[in-house]
Amino acid sequence: MHELPLTEDILRIATQHAAGKPIIAIYLVIGDLTSFVDDAIQFYFDLIAPRTLAEGATLHFRRVAVRFRCRSCETEFAPVNHDWHCPACGALGGEVIAGKEFLVESIEVATEE
Amino acid sequence: MCDTCGCEHGETAHEAAESRRIPVIQKLLSANDQAALENRQHLKAHGITAFNLMSSPGAGKTTLLLATIAALREQTRLGVIEGDTASQVDAEIIAATGTPVVQINTGGGCHLDAPMVHSALHALPLDALDVLFIENVGNLICPVAFDLGQNYKVALLSVPEGHDKPYKYPAIFEAVDVVVVTKADLMPYLDFDLEKFRALVHGLNDTAPVLTLSAKTGEGVADWLAWLGERFV
Repeated sequence: MHELPLTEDILRIATQHAAGKPIIAIYLVIGDLTSFVDDAIQFYFDLIAPRTLAEGATLHFRRVAVRFRCRSCETEFAPVNHDWHCPACGALGGEVIAGKEFLVESIEVATEE
Repeated sequence: MCDTCGCEHGETAHEAAESRRIPVIQKLLSANDQAALENRQHLKAHGITAFNLMSSPGAGKTTLLLATIAALREQTRLGVIEGDTASQVDAEIIAATGTPVVQINTGGGCHLDAPMVHSALHALPLDALDVLFIENVGNLICPVAFDLGQNYKVALLSVPEGHDKPYKYPAIFEAVDVVVVTKADLMPYLDFDLEKFRALVHGLNDTAPVLTLSAKTGEGVADWLAWLGERFV
């Protein structure tokens, strides 16, 4: 249920940037390490978007998988299930370099003919 | 002919002519982050160091707080914000020690957020506090996404939960400043692999120490108090 304030944030940001024009689409980038679920965002969006500039807008979700940078040899790799070992040197885990993204990347608005 | 409106330009031209992509690149939850910043400034102005305690329900946050209060109350002025979905149970336990406490009930909400903590701060005697513990709603997932304005984030994991939790809930172990393994007195009876757990936590987060303690027997509590004490302003 914590997607409601998040979805309100999405709507607020999109509306600010639309400058009064109808919003056709909102492009979101969400890392897998965040705890936010696409379906829940869509659910709340369908509830709060009506009678705003974003009524009927399509939400596009780009999920970003977690990536580690090995602390021993700096190889970048994706952890798979419970295998967190660096494929190059075998060290466990690494600095998280992708998967924490959480933003509105762009919006598409209707323009006058 | 365009299927959308019947104009003569065809679909592709129609889209190009009638819509425009606007780059935004704006981080979400900025409203929470702004409130967290204000909390942080508010706490700093009062010289308070704040710790955000996060764990599953039943990992022992309140029990660790009670042990901490018992050890530090004579020399440090402590305050507590209790977050739970319902009830005053934890606040009453803390209040019985004479420690100023505010209970936040989230009404089913799965985490505390910065505006809730802001309200709670106004109900505490901030000029009479040196240290604030914020006990988050029991949940290994959501609380870590919401900055409260704390100085330090603490994750607790109890021995019965198992050593594999960093695989399943990586975000919290990646984000915190210290990890406390609680209920260590149960270690002989369960298959908790402390070295494996330590390796997984350090795989994600090479700066957070992993402390082990039992608030029930007192084993390891001194290490926790030492870690805390180094962070008081």
